[in-house]
Amino acid sequence: MQKTLKRWFPIFVMPTLIAFLIAFLIPFIIGIYLSFCEFRTVSDAKFIGFENYVMAFTENADFLNALWFTVRFTVVSVILINVLAFALALILTKNILGTNIYRTVFFMPNLIGGIVLGYIWQVIINGILYKFEFSITSNAKFGFWGLVVLISWQMIGYMMIIYIAGIQNVPLDILEAAKVDGASKTRILFNIIIPSVMPSITICLFLTITNCFKLFDQNLALTAGAPSKQTQMMALDIYNTFYGKIGFEGVGQAKAVVFFLIVAAIALSQLYFTSKREVER
Amino acid sequence: MKKRILSLLLVLLTLTLTLGLAGCGKNGKYPVYFLNFKPESAAVYEEIAKEYEKEKGVTVKVVTAAANTYEQTLKSEIAKSNAPTIFQLNGPIGYQSWKDYCLDLSDSKLYSYLNDKSLAITDGDGVYGIPYVVEGYGIIYNNAIMEKYFALPNRKTTINSAAEIKNFNTLKAVVEDMTANKDKLGIEGVFASTSLSAGEDWRWQTHLLNIPIYHELNENIDYDDPTVAGLNAKEIAFRYSENYKNIFDLYLNNSITDKNLLGSKSTSDSMSEFALGKVAMVQNGNWGWSQIANVNGNTVKNSDIKFMPIYTGVAGEEYDGLCVGTENYLAINKNATDEQKKASLEFLDWLFSSSTGKNFVTKKLDFITPFNTFAENELPEDPLAREIVRYMQDGNFTTVPWVFTSFPSENFKTEVGNSLLEYAQGSKKWEDVVKTVKDKWKSER
Repeated sequence: MQKTLKRWFPIFVMPTLIAFLIAFLIPFIIGIYLSFCEFRTVSDAKFIGFENYVMAFTENADFLNALWFTVRFTVVSVILINVLAFALALILTKNILGTNIYRTVFFMPNLIGGIVLGYIWQVIINGILYKFEFSITSNAKFGFWGLVVLISWQMIGYMMIIYIAGIQNVPLDILEAAKVDGASKTRILFNIIIPSVMPSITICLFLTITNCFKLFDQNLALTAGAPSKQTQMMALDIYNTFYGKIGFEGVGQAKAVVFFLIVAAIALSQLYFTSKREVER
Repeated sequence: MKKRILSLLLVLLTLTLTLGLAGCGKNGKYPVYFLNFKPESAAVYEEIAKEYEKEKGVTVKVVTAAANTYEQTLKSEIAKSNAPTIFQLNGPIGYQSWKDYCLDLSDSKLYSYLNDKSLAITDGDGVYGIPYVVEGYGIIYNNAIMEKYFALPNRKTTINSAAEIKNFNTLKAVVEDMTANKDKLGIEGVFASTSLSAGEDWRWQTHLLNIPIYHELNENIDYDDPTVAGLNAKEIAFRYSENYKNIFDLYLNNSITDKNLLGSKSTSDSMSEFALGKVAMVQNGNWGWSQIANVNGNTVKNSDIKFMPIYTGVAGEEYDGLCVGTENYLAINKNATDEQKKASLEFLDWLFSSSTGKNFVTKKLDFITPFNTFAENELPEDPLAREIVRYMQDGNFTTVPWVFTSFPSENFKTEVGNSLLEYAQGSKKWEDVVKTVKDKWKSER
């Protein structure tokens, strides 16, 4: 059996491996190489060393501003999304009437694409702000909270489903034992349910942090950085650098590599810290 | 035995993959691949390609880049093995980025057709971009509403028709009086929304800014051509910033839309406000004709649509005409095969000199071309194009060239647009706009 598996292994892995190489690994390596080059199109690159990286930070403060905005946005959104999603999951595992309908309804925004969502929310938010003679571009705060509302609306449903799966897996005997021992509801929540759903928390935090950090379509559609790039997130800044000025393709590429390193570092350290707290069962 | 099957399978797999990839390549290789810049003309180009195939038996592949994504599309398309054979440059700055891909067209028929050879993009002895359409912009006004205004008994101005507006002060007086009487005129504002949402601010950060910058560059005696002066200007003084403010404030203060809400308006919003008769004036070019004509419930008669030059209060502006120029230059991909180059040139020659091709150009694409193959009467029929020709032929006006083709970068324009939005919303002062224009010109150059 083992031998047969070994023999056929390449054939089964090959298609996926080739697709992975073509669509992911090769572009990724070319991308890193290009960040050290000056180029117009990917086929005419000239190696210039670290110049692009220096330019990314010294040309103007856009990249750092975008980083700061992204960090603030991510912190607020991650907390909001996870708290609300967990609360919804708790409510919707209590066997109330219409649980399945609610679960579906909350999950649905996740099925709509980011650009569409961005424009829908732009219309909604502007519709409200018009009453006060403002629009979403009037103040960067509107754009910030608009984005937070948008991303929460989109991601809460997805995270809720993951939490529901986690909560349903909490062993009933432990819960009953706790009740018999007279533990209060809050005590059950903090000492039994939350520790048992740590794997779900790990996944949800990972998904929300990385998705918030990499947010692009929603940002582009909702504010496109207005006013004056004050609501521009990192991915949008990279895009604008790449296409905004002739000769800055390499700088955009360098920013993208720095961006990758930041996202990878945050995501990996988060995974390390939260998975340490997962309880073995 | 099994090993043999395994290796056979592997060989098959690689074969199908390579053949599959090669197959794509073969099927995709067209003799002419035209990467179209104008989304509003996408359907017409498809029709042209079909007609050409019927007549000459040569397949033309047309791909249209979505609005404002031409550079992005070109960047990815030209790196492919089936790169476009005909693409477009937006001017001398665009040429700088694509010069490694442009074929020298100095021996081409198309170049020989040019009325004014100096319009082409040249570099040394070579000709790399040939303009194919001349466009113009100014303030489009609805003469029916203007006539209504000039018939008002209580109006404060002394002139009797819109054609008599010859300078900024008259324009301002008329516009402000119209705003005061807007209920009687049945309009909601004199000017259509000054659209300032992202990607929709080009009418102000590019077209309107052209005017003060033109006047400044025109004073530079080192160069005959203000666009060349612009290309060589490391810095600008922005001496006519007050004039820029004059007209921009006039637009904002007499607009249909409150200043705070302009960040959500697009150009098509403005054009439909004009088409629906809610406003009397809108700043745009003749390409906006389709946007006026295709609005449902359009109330503006063709004979009432007129152009007026943009007045900003510069001395001698009575003689300034519309801003006429081009940012559409055809270029041939140097890296295409010889057959492709030949087929592409033949296609362009056919489009701009054969009677079928010319018919498409004037009737369907509505282009005013700079080629001598078009007779005087072979002009597009839309009212805005006619107005441009009228201004160009009128000896009393000097056309204002499009010096914005020398603006340093897309970023420069975006930053100016951002500061205009903040100025309109009141979060920035006019000095900040002036500072942005000067600083960004320097840093983006």
